[in-house]
Amino acid sequence: MGISQIEQQSISDLVGQYKPLSGGLLPLLHAIQGDLGYVPDAAVPIIAKGLNLSRAEVHGVISFYHDFKTSPVGRHTVQICRAEACQSMGSRELEAHAKQTLGLDYGETTADGAITLEPVYCLGNCACSPSVRIDNDIFARVNGDRFDDLMDGLLNEHASAERSAK
Amino acid sequence: MIFYIPQDTTALALGSEAVASALQTAGIEPIRNGSRGLFWLEPLLEVETDQGRIAFGPVSAKDIPSIIAALDVDPASHALYQGAVAEIPYLKSQQRLTYARAGLGDPVCLENYQALNGFQGLKKALEMTGQQIVDEVKDSGLRGRGGAAFPAGIKWQTVHDAGASTGADKEPCQKYIVCNADEGDSGTFADRLVMEADPYQLIEGMIIAGLAVGATQGYIYLRSEYPVAHRLLNTAVERATQANFLGDNIQDSGKQFHLEVRLGAGAYICGEETSLLESLEGKRGMVRAKPPLPAIEGLFGKPTVVNNVLTLVAVSSILEQGAATYQNFGMGRSRGTLAIQLAGNIKRGGLIELAFGVTLREIVEDYGQGTYSGRPLRAIQVGGPLGAFLPESQWDTPMDYEAFAAIKAMIGHGGIVVFDDGADMAAQARFAMEFCVVESCGKCTPCRIGSVRGVEVIDRIVANENRDNNLILLHELCDTMEFGSLCAMGGMTPYPVRSALSHFPEDFLIQDATGAGQDAALASSQNVTGSLSGDAAGAAQGEN
Repeated sequence: MGISQIEQQSISDLVGQYKPLSGGLLPLLHAIQGDLGYVPDAAVPIIAKGLNLSRAEVHGVISFYHDFKTSPVGRHTVQICRAEACQSMGSRELEAHAKQTLGLDYGETTADGAITLEPVYCLGNCACSPSVRIDNDIFARVNGDRFDDLMDGLLNEHASAERSAK
Repeated sequence: MIFYIPQDTTALALGSEAVASALQTAGIEPIRNGSRGLFWLEPLLEVETDQGRIAFGPVSAKDIPSIIAALDVDPASHALYQGAVAEIPYLKSQQRLTYARAGLGDPVCLENYQALNGFQGLKKALEMTGQQIVDEVKDSGLRGRGGAAFPAGIKWQTVHDAGASTGADKEPCQKYIVCNADEGDSGTFADRLVMEADPYQLIEGMIIAGLAVGATQGYIYLRSEYPVAHRLLNTAVERATQANFLGDNIQDSGKQFHLEVRLGAGAYICGEETSLLESLEGKRGMVRAKPPLPAIEGLFGKPTVVNNVLTLVAVSSILEQGAATYQNFGMGRSRGTLAIQLAGNIKRGGLIELAFGVTLREIVEDYGQGTYSGRPLRAIQVGGPLGAFLPESQWDTPMDYEAFAAIKAMIGHGGIVVFDDGADMAAQARFAMEFCVVESCGKCTPCRIGSVRGVEVIDRIVANENRDNNLILLHELCDTMEFGSLCAMGGMTPYPVRSALSHFPEDFLIQDATGAGQDAALASSQNVTGSLSGDAAGAAQGEN
């Protein structure tokens, strides 16, 4: 996927910034993803050249970690915890409910680009399961109804933003 | 009156931010403290009154006006009144060393930390030699709290001694302190709680570790699933640096220690120490073969202490209060206190710090008060996704590393996940294999491919396809994974699978009206455990 000149420049700047850091590839990838929302394929040769790595090495690291995305994701990332503590409180049902109501499987994004659905393995909120993370906020004791309320919040926020833009 | 409302992940997840806003609306600026770990009461509002510190919980924003009204008249008249915080039985009965400060005040307020005996351990350590600090840790009997329970003092001694022989060029050998804060086990939140409620204690422990072994650089490898801990730790490191507790000349002692927080990227395997080191070096988190031990050749090939958050945190109190005090807690070779995390389908979940030796039943029944759903308890998984599922007959086992090892289970990081009678243990066994598929680093074939086959075989057993042979196959596969994998990921995934099979065999049967197949499956499952494990173990080891 192609990227703009500005995006290329911002990746180069970040590479320069993180180059002095020992073992700085992960922090760099987090920074690029924080900036662009994902790590585009076009970033790989820039990173490889800057950090004196092979492109295969950079690609290997990006593909190893669940966090790094290689294509754009939705404006909000919704993660449902699949780990045991949440399972004991009904996260399997929650998972099925979320997939069905959003019409998404894990890794997919709604057509309007609002929500990407992902699995996550433990958010450390295991005494008040099931847990859901939306961007940097974590929610406890999420059942189907509460999940719908949270999603309505995200979708309405988008709709009202669009209205005010018009 | 001073109001406290926590800013830890669980309190926030239950709406403490809205409670804080409601207080502000009422003209009250609350202190955002850490959580006490009584998560069943969160959001727990605490109020410092003339009669001491009292609590209300669980509180929501709409309760604030009535609580404020009650405070003027009779606090005890409010339905959410919990009495004096320190007298809440769940908290009062605990033996809090590591979590003594948790929830008392603003976690990133440096003055608050110092007022509560913070940095007293460091103060002593700055006047000791490295060897003296190492000896103190050895005397305490502290064992690594990440799961493997290796004696911390021995590990430190190795790093302390490493590099000494290469002193010919007079250049001191670079060493590192790495804090493993990749707390990925489901049902665990002890690291998170201490990082969010008392982050300076971790920083202090790491500085002490640095002074002990001669390391000048530390890294906290934090999982990315902990955004709140990330924010608080970064603030704490920044403030500790400004106050000269970190940097080139710690409190004008001439000693230096630098600390950086590094974020993981969603890989469970990076909680394994060698994989974590690879990740810190900016690589794929592939497990390394040992030896060389990280204590000899660790981060960037240099001698490295890799300790869990709780291990490093314990060092602060050991130095502050002395090794003997710490040693006095516990049983057998498990000394000190254990941070028990009670989670899953439980009425009163939370953090329970107690000396080793308390039984699982006491934790789940006395503290937990049974399941959240109100249904009967069925199975308890201790030690995360690689821990065994324990049936009721094993709930009287004391929490002690050796006692758990004796029943083929593990305490691990101290997480307890409770399941009610609705749990499908065949589905849980399948999930254990599925989790291994997702999270295996891929280095060892038994783990990478064995887990995929494991899911398939369990599916066939449950579907009653060639059941007897598939049961044999599953046991052989478990043996191969256990003995043929480098680390605990592949090596212990069989634990939950085998325990589910042997303690809950009825779940692996298709429900038929006659119940006929049940005995046969049970018998074959037991036969296989006895007869095949030896051969398969030999074969797996022969490959290495």
